[in-house]
Amino acid sequence: MGIVSGAVSLGLLWAVMTIGVFISYRILDIADLTVEGSIAMGAAIAAREIAAGGNPYMATLLALLGGMAAGLCTGLLQTRLKIPPLLSGILVMIALWSVNLRIMGKSNISLLRMKTVYTVFESMGLSGTASIIVLGLLCVFLLISVLYWFFGTEVGSAIRATGSNPHMARAQGINTDTVTCLGLLISNGLVAASGALIAQSQSYADVQMGTGAIVIGLASVIIGEVLFRGKNFYTRLISLALGAITYRLIIALVLKLGMPANDLKLFTAVTVAVALSLPTFLQRYHQSQKSHGGVE
Amino acid sequence: MKKAGRIVSFLLSAMMILTIVGCRAQDGANTGDLAGQKSSANGDKTTGSKPSESSGNTPGQKSSANGKKGKLRIGIIQYMEHVSLDTAREGFLDALEDKGYRDGSNITVDFQNAQGDPSNLSTISDQLVANKTDLILAIATPAAQSIAGKTTDIPILATAVTDFADARLADSNKVPGGNVSGTSDMNPVRKQIDLLLKLAPDARTIGVIYASNEDNSILQASLAKKAVKKLGLKYVETTVSNTNDVQQATQSIVGRCDAIYIPTDNVLASSMPTVHGVTARTKTPVVCGESGMVKNGGLATLGINYHDLGYQTGEMAVRILKGEAEPASLPIESAKDLDFYINGKVAEEIGVKIPEDLQKYVK
Repeated sequence: MGIVSGAVSLGLLWAVMTIGVFISYRILDIADLTVEGSIAMGAAIAAREIAAGGNPYMATLLALLGGMAAGLCTGLLQTRLKIPPLLSGILVMIALWSVNLRIMGKSNISLLRMKTVYTVFESMGLSGTASIIVLGLLCVFLLISVLYWFFGTEVGSAIRATGSNPHMARAQGINTDTVTCLGLLISNGLVAASGALIAQSQSYADVQMGTGAIVIGLASVIIGEVLFRGKNFYTRLISLALGAITYRLIIALVLKLGMPANDLKLFTAVTVAVALSLPTFLQRYHQSQKSHGGVE
Repeated sequence: MKKAGRIVSFLLSAMMILTIVGCRAQDGANTGDLAGQKSSANGDKTTGSKPSESSGNTPGQKSSANGKKGKLRIGIIQYMEHVSLDTAREGFLDALEDKGYRDGSNITVDFQNAQGDPSNLSTISDQLVANKTDLILAIATPAAQSIAGKTTDIPILATAVTDFADARLADSNKVPGGNVSGTSDMNPVRKQIDLLLKLAPDARTIGVIYASNEDNSILQASLAKKAVKKLGLKYVETTVSNTNDVQQATQSIVGRCDAIYIPTDNVLASSMPTVHGVTARTKTPVVCGESGMVKNGGLATLGINYHDLGYQTGEMAVRILKGEAEPASLPIESAKDLDFYINGKVAEEIGVKIPEDLQKYVK
């Protein structure tokens, strides 16, 4: 049970990141590698603030703003300088490595026995994991509600339109450049906020934190979409959170089964491949059912 | 369609509530099927091998008091895989075995490696805490920080951590004050620079390679700089951020220096063969922070033997398991003995003459 709740708590924090990845990957239709840098950036900013005695909530907010700035950089590289999306993401990701080291001043900041965003809940008598779950749930639901509202507004719809068909969007008088920047800004802001929350839950920030984050993010998005299949925008957002949690549960299960850690990455790849191919299999299965079952 | 959404959100909230309840009701519920499985698998091999008792205390008596089938559960959380960390782990287990704690007979060792992925560290930590582990060995700083953030009850011994106080694992290195103690792998940098000059007496410029994202390395590089400057020599450095940079970084520095010093550094430890590939051609002597790196292509070291360091940690663990000590009052130890290690093959390859008094350390 402890492992499950641990995985769920971690999954909820990663859900914030997953939703960020979803905005760039699905809504804007850009594979944005900036997230590998911005997740560590969020952790770095928050850790530095907290280590310096700052308010943890302020620190998380600052992390959000820092991530937004990183996203804006990628957006500007992409729209103003016409650098291909994948490359601009990579460029900002590399740059952020140095920036993050500058922010922290060293490669690892410890947050052990510091006041974090979870301290308030712990002082209310909740266990460490429970307080992460409570705060994680609060964040995820708040986030989903805000995003649901936002993507229904004119600006939000413009972002969605740009992702689905930029030519059509431009024909409708949408400034796709501005809108792309805005989307990346929101996406990376969320990723950085998630990084800040994760760093506080694991009690340290490390400059290496972002390594592989994009894979985890994409895997969570895909697992969520395939397994839980939200039909409208609201349920889609919920399915993302469930995807992130499922991913963590899978990892926890694998570790629990005693699979050698060396095989973990291979296993992740296989899981994502299976999740990706599941719709095709299901379709074939339904088709064969129909042909065998005759007319209904 | 809306119905599906409602069902999903209902399931989600049900799951959350269950887990929160689960967190609270952890005590007593956990019988640890994993440990049971493992022990039955190992049982045939080790039955009958009675622990050789060194003192009056029977190893494992604490566990029988807890009613856990007479077996203590030792959790090991390791940050990533490389020679030094692996040998530290082996040393730790050797020490336990020498004191009568044998995996499968009276202890169960649950070893988990995070493969350098911090988010795995968090999951592994949860697992070790949930399994009601009796003692945890954390190898490398992030592993120690991760597990220390998850439990304040289970005794934790950490090794391959440079400065416990700086990593906030302990209040101070003399009196840790919490549930974390262990052994530090702070490197004798000055002695290593002295060794470098003994092997390359004509060197005028010393080059240092390290990973700029590792605190330990930065600290050691600054110590090396001080030592080199004090000797009146020139200091140059180059930094890497991951193993892909190592070849070019090495190539960029060999032309600018007469000898190279590499501190204990995770990135460089795993890419010593690459460094050797470059320095063998230019015949540049390389002194490293530890013997594992010398084994993989360095020329020499006077350093910490990670097996011994792990062994020392294991001895501390035995004291805790027997109830003779508490991590809170167990001072952080540093390596007791330093080892010379000279790679004979490399010496021959680059044509370095080993002084008479060091001949016996050539391996």
